[in-house]
Amino acid sequence: MKLSYLAYRNMVSKPLNLLLSLLLLLLSVSLVTFVIQVSKQLDGQLSKNIAPFDMVVGAKGSPLQLVLSSVLHIDVPTGNIKLKEVAAIQRHPFIQTTIPVSYGDNYKGYRILGTETGYLDLYNAQLMEGKLYEKSFEVVAGSTVAQKLGLKVGDNFVSSHGLASSGGEAHDDHPFVITGILKSTGTVVDQLLISNLESIWEVHDHGEDGHQEGEGGTLEEQEEEKEITSLLVKFKSPLGMVQLPRFINENTSMQAALPGFEVQRLMGLLGSGAQTVNGIAFVILLVSGLSIFISLLKTIRERRQELALLRIYGLRTGQLLWLALLEGLLLAAIGFLSGWFVGRLGIWAVSRYTQDSYGYGLQVTGPDKMEFLLLGLTLGIALMAALLASRSIFKLNVAKTLSDA
Amino acid sequence: MVKTLNLAYSYVNGAEIAFPDIELTPGEHLLVIGPSGVGKTTLLYLLAGLLPPLRGTISIAGTELNSLTRKELDNFRGKHIGIVFQQYHFIKSLNVSDNLRLRQSFPENANDKQRRHELSERLGLTEYLNEKVMSLSQGQQQRLSIALGMIHRPQLILADEPTSNLDDMNCVKVIDLLKEEAEICKSSLLIITHDLRVMSHFQNRVML
Repeated sequence: MKLSYLAYRNMVSKPLNLLLSLLLLLLSVSLVTFVIQVSKQLDGQLSKNIAPFDMVVGAKGSPLQLVLSSVLHIDVPTGNIKLKEVAAIQRHPFIQTTIPVSYGDNYKGYRILGTETGYLDLYNAQLMEGKLYEKSFEVVAGSTVAQKLGLKVGDNFVSSHGLASSGGEAHDDHPFVITGILKSTGTVVDQLLISNLESIWEVHDHGEDGHQEGEGGTLEEQEEEKEITSLLVKFKSPLGMVQLPRFINENTSMQAALPGFEVQRLMGLLGSGAQTVNGIAFVILLVSGLSIFISLLKTIRERRQELALLRIYGLRTGQLLWLALLEGLLLAAIGFLSGWFVGRLGIWAVSRYTQDSYGYGLQVTGPDKMEFLLLGLTLGIALMAALLASRSIFKLNVAKTLSDA
Repeated sequence: MVKTLNLAYSYVNGAEIAFPDIELTPGEHLLVIGPSGVGKTTLLYLLAGLLPPLRGTISIAGTELNSLTRKELDNFRGKHIGIVFQQYHFIKSLNVSDNLRLRQSFPENANDKQRRHELSERLGLTEYLNEKVMSLSQGQQQRLSIALGMIHRPQLILADEPTSNLDDMNCVKVIDLLKEEAEICKSSLLIITHDLRVMSHFQNRVML
């Protein structure tokens, strides 16, 4: 019989002690792994999504909102800007690429984004089937949208006004047709239906025409009045990052926001929340260490005679110590594993919710480096607790203990 | 087999106790008898190598206990010595069968299933092998305690007051069992007791 089996039997012989220590461990480990995973994946997803762009230009308002709405497609836009106003920016020598985007409609909760095909190139989005859109009301679907809504090339759909699936009138006189489905990119593109800018304009021009006939003005005036939601910018030179935002914010009616900066700020805010939760989880971890210590201390006292008996059986003092440590380590390992699984279960559950509400899902992944560190920490605390609890083993007087029974 | 010479022990309070020399040939049975408090149990733990003697030597199966390191002594005790206690000591988290298996596992990781079966058969424990030790009756616990003292075929079986809690009938039964089982595994048997009822069952006696 192995000592580990005896340690296991000893552990399960006190189910209530076991339950308490396990629950504490489970709670702290699941909290920490959950928070680590969420912040890591969120950080990763946000970085990936903002990577193609250095600056967003949009209507005045909160810069964070502008980034969230135009780059990450979570929030509502700050407003619209005139296409002619951004023309000057587009020609600036520091600028490498600009992509105008316009949106305001959705299909079953998935945003329809009007933009140039260059947008897809910047995210390295490739077609899985079909072709890119060429004229108005042709649309390519991101992989998640296509999968969730079961869209195929050639399908028609009618958009509805607004960015959420609920409410908003349906623009049923302008059906969109799907010309292509994109491969999964792991970015926000997967969540979008993408068409050209004109589609967005025509859906809404037509809507206005319907209500206020005769006030459309001349074709030229219409061209002048063309609006986009924002302009996504990639700089050629890092100097642009320094000069352009300030220039735009001070001299135009528009605002410029830097996605990198805003996301960093957002992660900073979330980070302090995550740190608080981690702090709480760490305290629980210490309490679970204390609980292991107390329950082992108690059982070692109660089992003094059994330990003495094991010495009669030929076990060395070191082996008795190992038996106690094994019990603590076994408990910590089981607690860690169950906590890890509960943490992943939490990720899975939260992911289902955020995927539905925000279009951002979390991946249930294998263990990562931080979690191995946490395992080490958990085992270390259990080992310390067990060591402290088993000091009396060194002072065990076999003869006295067995005859005092 | 067992040979002690000028053996003496000093208690923590300074009191000294000297023991008469003991000599026991292989397979021989010896009764050490004396009133309470003369150091009978001390002698037992000295022989088991769990207390250090003040002076004198103990040799068991040709091995001088003084010459062994602590680790060797632990191994030696586990392998060659079996103890039957007055009060029964078991590992409560293990069932009867696992208690017996555990005793076989140290210091060498043996797992002699046949030995477990034949011994529990003879001691009437077969049907309780999967029971928890604490659910056994007094008599069953007594027999398990005997089984634990000899399951590993030790060269020397030490029995500490094995009969003091028993009525006359059970006293005889236990003595017979001990002698029988010691003979079967060819062990030397040393019984330490103050129970005068046991006297008549042994020719070989030492008074303390």
